[in-house]
Amino acid sequence: MPTDESITTTPESVADTAAAAAVAPVTTHHQQVLAKLATVDHVPGAAKPDAIITADHVTRRFGGMTAVDVDHLEVQEGAITALIGPNGAGKTTFFNLLTGFDRPNQGSWTFQGRSLSGKSAAAVAKIGVVRTFQLTKALSRLTVLQNMLLASTHNPGENLWLSWLPFTWQKHEKAATEKAMEILARFKLDTKASDFAGSLSGGQRKLLEMARALMTDPTVIMLDEPMAGVNPALVQSLLGHIQALRDEGMTVLFVEHDMHAVRHISDWVVVMAEGRIVAEGPPASVMRDQAVVDAYLGAHHDTDLGDDSLLDPKILARLEAEEEKR
Amino acid sequence: MDEFNRILEQTLAEFIAPTTAAYAMAAIGLNLHFGYTGLLNMGQAGFMLLGAYGFGIATMAGLPFPVAILVALAAGTVFALILGMPTLQLRGDYLAIVTISAAEIIRWIGRSTWLQEWTGGASGLQGRDYKDSFHATSPLGDGRMALGPLEYINTGSDSWWTRIFAWGLVALVLLFVWLITRSPWGRVLKGIREDEDAVRALGKNVYAYKMQALVLGGAIGALGGVLYALPLAIAPDAMSRTMTFFVWTVMLLGGAATVFGPVLGSMVFFAAYMLMRTGMRAVADNTGIGDVITTSNVEQIGGMLVGVTLMLLVIFRPQGILGNKRELAFNAH
Repeated sequence: MPTDESITTTPESVADTAAAAAVAPVTTHHQQVLAKLATVDHVPGAAKPDAIITADHVTRRFGGMTAVDVDHLEVQEGAITALIGPNGAGKTTFFNLLTGFDRPNQGSWTFQGRSLSGKSAAAVAKIGVVRTFQLTKALSRLTVLQNMLLASTHNPGENLWLSWLPFTWQKHEKAATEKAMEILARFKLDTKASDFAGSLSGGQRKLLEMARALMTDPTVIMLDEPMAGVNPALVQSLLGHIQALRDEGMTVLFVEHDMHAVRHISDWVVVMAEGRIVAEGPPASVMRDQAVVDAYLGAHHDTDLGDDSLLDPKILARLEAEEEKR
Repeated sequence: MDEFNRILEQTLAEFIAPTTAAYAMAAIGLNLHFGYTGLLNMGQAGFMLLGAYGFGIATMAGLPFPVAILVALAAGTVFALILGMPTLQLRGDYLAIVTISAAEIIRWIGRSTWLQEWTGGASGLQGRDYKDSFHATSPLGDGRMALGPLEYINTGSDSWWTRIFAWGLVALVLLFVWLITRSPWGRVLKGIREDEDAVRALGKNVYAYKMQALVLGGAIGALGGVLYALPLAIAPDAMSRTMTFFVWTVMLLGGAATVFGPVLGSMVFFAAYMLMRTGMRAVADNTGIGDVITTSNVEQIGGMLVGVTLMLLVIFRPQGILGNKRELAFNAH
């Protein structure tokens, strides 16, 4: 079993320890970010002091169903923003729209003041907004190192006209390899560099995908469910990596189902439901927002399903009784 | 014993036959499509036919030999651009459907009467109409030459010069393909083969890369068509679906995404194909099996066996002769 104290504690104390962890900044950068976010209203679409991404009136309809209908959203620069909400809330669709993987019916959004609307996925990534996927996309039949090198930007050897002249790109390749090995070492994947990515475990693939995204030196990194299907021990390490990205000055926007992870690391939480943004705020206050909790997270969102106490029929009966009364 | 030697000789001859080089060339192009980029081109014969037509018609119009080759390359390039522009944005399967039908369209246009003046209609173009400029490039002069059991005229359709030129061109193209596929450009192609969305998310223009691969592989296919036409004639019906499936078999036999796979595949395929047919004929003529497998059925049975081989290959050894088994184990995403 992983040594995560929250698993054996009661739901209430989980919330408290998580909140305590979140409000205990380690770096000055983090302190500054939190100070700035402290001035922001806890309302949907609130203006941020340094908005790096701003979205306006973004709508995406599939037939008669409106999947995304975001009036206004600002993402604070240098902070970890979590995008949460129930299944079908439109989080991933919104992600796809922002990163150019899908086209909206209407709406506009900007990155550092420049419009991103209508830009292709490749163009968005080139500007510095790089994403990962809910279903990990490791390039299986390339080695781990090749996966990393593929992400290297401005590689002259990726131009067909120069590709057959190795002397035009070997220097870049060498520098990229060094950088890739450094990043891989940080994610403890350096020993796997010459293995095929297809031979990695699910969790290692998640790490590789994140490492690969870092190769592009992104300004904003957007993670679609980074903890999905990852074992609890690796979750801790992933959380640490994400915090490290923030502390290096990157802006992190991530979609997540795991409330525990959200409370632990996010500086700001945006709640989506039925395509709209219904609440915003720091993790502790959003989680205590009774309406959000009841409507979108379920009354027992705090209950860890891996909790052994659930095996106790008495506790289970009590929870069911509470559910009946509601 | 004489017959046995003759069979071996014919088999050996297939290793260096110009047609073997032509298929190797077409398979190098297809390998760039499928092996490296994952593009399902089911109409490589269309590229070949178009290359052959471009070369033949340009030569008949009086253009010098090197220019006629460039016309063939241009024909393959334009065909690839036309096919790629609408389909490369779509899912991979669409390219397969479009290429197979486009190749058929080229063939039917070629054999129709309204372009007969240039294409020769259903009977195609005769060798003597377009081969003179090629034969004029030969430095070997007249006469015959024997190398071991193989003896050919120096210059002509079925000549040493045709073989030297064809294999020389294959070697040159192979060198070029080896250089570009081991580069970061080739790595992007492989990335696209694995998962194009992931590559897109890293800021690469996937469409442009797929188009480059389609055009390059198509132009190489057109060059294969030229090599195919040099020792023979240009007959549209000889360059149709069967040819496409032969090219696929050649590429998969040698090993997709390997540099020498297409060349080795072509050599092994045609040598085995020849051995099988001449062997069957000899057996049919000299033994009681002749009542079951008559000499006139050998071609048909040979064709059937190629199909069976392609199936067995895909099922039991999808990595081909040179492919990496380990690499293929991750085929499923």
